[in-house]
Amino acid sequence: MTEIPTLPVDVKAVLTATSPTVARDDHSEGMSYLESLPRRMVTLYLPLSLIVIVLLFPFYWMALTAIKPDDQLLDLNTFNPFWTWNPTFKHIYKLLFESYYPLWLWNTMYVAICSTILSILASVLAAYAIVRLRYRGAQWVGGLIFLSYLVPPSILFIPLATVVYQYGLFDTPFALILTYPTILIPFSTWLLMGYFKTIPFELEECALIDGASRWQILTKIVLPLAIPGLISAFIFCFTLCWNEFIYALTFLTSVQNKTVPVAIVNEFVDGDVYRWGSLMAGALVGSLPLVILYAFFVEHYVSAMTGAVKE
Amino acid sequence: MADIALEPRTGRRPIREATTWDQIRANRNWLGFWFMLPAMAFLILFLAYPLGLGVWISFTDARIGRPGVFIGMENYEWLWGDSIFWLSVFNTLLYTTVASAIKFAIGLYLALLLNENMPFKAMLRALVLIPFIVPTVLSALAFWWIFDSQFSIISWSLKQMGLITDNINFLGDVAWARACVIFANIWRGVPFVAITLLAGLQTVSPSLYEAATLDGATSWQRFRFITYPLLTPIIAVVMTFSVLFTFTDFQLIWAMTRGGPVNATHLMATLSYQRAIIGGVLGEGAAISNAMIPFLLAAIMISWFGLQRRKWQQGESND
Repeated sequence: MTEIPTLPVDVKAVLTATSPTVARDDHSEGMSYLESLPRRMVTLYLPLSLIVIVLLFPFYWMALTAIKPDDQLLDLNTFNPFWTWNPTFKHIYKLLFESYYPLWLWNTMYVAICSTILSILASVLAAYAIVRLRYRGAQWVGGLIFLSYLVPPSILFIPLATVVYQYGLFDTPFALILTYPTILIPFSTWLLMGYFKTIPFELEECALIDGASRWQILTKIVLPLAIPGLISAFIFCFTLCWNEFIYALTFLTSVQNKTVPVAIVNEFVDGDVYRWGSLMAGALVGSLPLVILYAFFVEHYVSAMTGAVKE
Repeated sequence: MADIALEPRTGRRPIREATTWDQIRANRNWLGFWFMLPAMAFLILFLAYPLGLGVWISFTDARIGRPGVFIGMENYEWLWGDSIFWLSVFNTLLYTTVASAIKFAIGLYLALLLNENMPFKAMLRALVLIPFIVPTVLSALAFWWIFDSQFSIISWSLKQMGLITDNINFLGDVAWARACVIFANIWRGVPFVAITLLAGLQTVSPSLYEAATLDGATSWQRFRFITYPLLTPIIAVVMTFSVLFTFTDFQLIWAMTRGGPVNATHLMATLSYQRAIIGGVLGEGAAISNAMIPFLLAAIMISWFGLQRRKWQQGESND
């Protein structure tokens, strides 16, 4: 089995470009003095702001729709659609107090946390075994785990539906809690393998000589040192769970059991009438937990994301 | 190697025979097995087994609630003559090629822009990534609203500018619907490509650029002969992921168009969901999703061997 290609990427430097240590690594300053300001306006700031506006516009539009009164929503001629002077929280109120939305949020949270914890436990053990125990065939198993990351859910959902049905898990949260780890384990194992490799082996050797068991080494030495990696893996797994759609759509049928993405797509449309205000409020509120989590752990998030490419 | 040091030969203690239990505890193969067990259990029960089951189901006439009987290649023969299936293959290829190419171009461009020195750099980089974090379905709903046939903000703006007189039927017209879903996919994918390539760009040493500039290289030459070759490995990996995930995309299409209008945006994944779960014909649906496997294998092989060749060119062992 060939090694998984390793790429020399310093991930942490990407989003922390302002800190002094990283500024040295960030080689962009070198040449910019050669360009005049008007030139930079055209070649840099203009295209950049265009792209950023396009990337962020849908969120602005989502938020604006969520707080617009209904009459302004559908009347584009009397009101300027890009702004509203009388925002209303009616849509959000209805969402939170007159629909199943809190229940859906709870379902999503419950499923995401349970399967994330399960996956991280399994991945920590697997990653440690592959990197440090070096048992016979560890290379092969590592490669197979890498390959399983590339098996897409859209190939698996049909047979998985029959498996879930056979096990009697259909339309229960366990259907998702037990199937999501197949998406999460390959990724987090891969990520943690990278982190474990950076921990000096000498530490473990000393502990072994002092008579520590492998389990003690893992829990008392390796894990405390790998906390940044664990946080990255946790955030990324959580995001993947929150985002997952096709399994949740296939394995859950009753309204009370659905997760946010599935419920929003199906439950806010009465025949031909789209309740745009509630829909957009639902989409906004459903995105908030991830955006907040991301805002706090940007660096970890990015290192997890590029970790997929790094290792 | 340190495992063996468990039995010191120095002390006065008599050397105890190692029991089977000791051997199992100390043997790294057994230890490895126990450590791998949870992960392997998940992956075998819910990934490897279903993968095999999926192949089996595609050779049966299984329906929802009824286990199928082996019918050989019938599902595949039926698909061979099914114009909607071929349309979905065409759509999938179109969607993947166009979206991946544009994602790569814009992503690389954005990475180069973000790599410049400017104020609020860190904040900009964090903002750019937001489309990637927000669940796809939720942002797809925002696009659904933006592309609404009557209340689209785009139609409204264009009308205000006097460019069009009637609303554009974004998701109702074949060509427009395809363009819209591809646009949404690009919108979602660009941040990932950009941030990852940016991570790669930061490893390129500035002295190379300085030397090239002194030699009179233009900015295009600097990009072509320094940035691009050094970035190739990371580009290969990012694009493999990008192509794979675009090819097997389901949620964006399902949230925006459900394959319509007249199947014009059906991808293989959405068609297989439609046939298997909504239509109840599991066997046929499984056959459609299995038809994706050869394409996926091809994509993986191309990037894999591309990378190996690259390594060999750089003088590393070709293992």
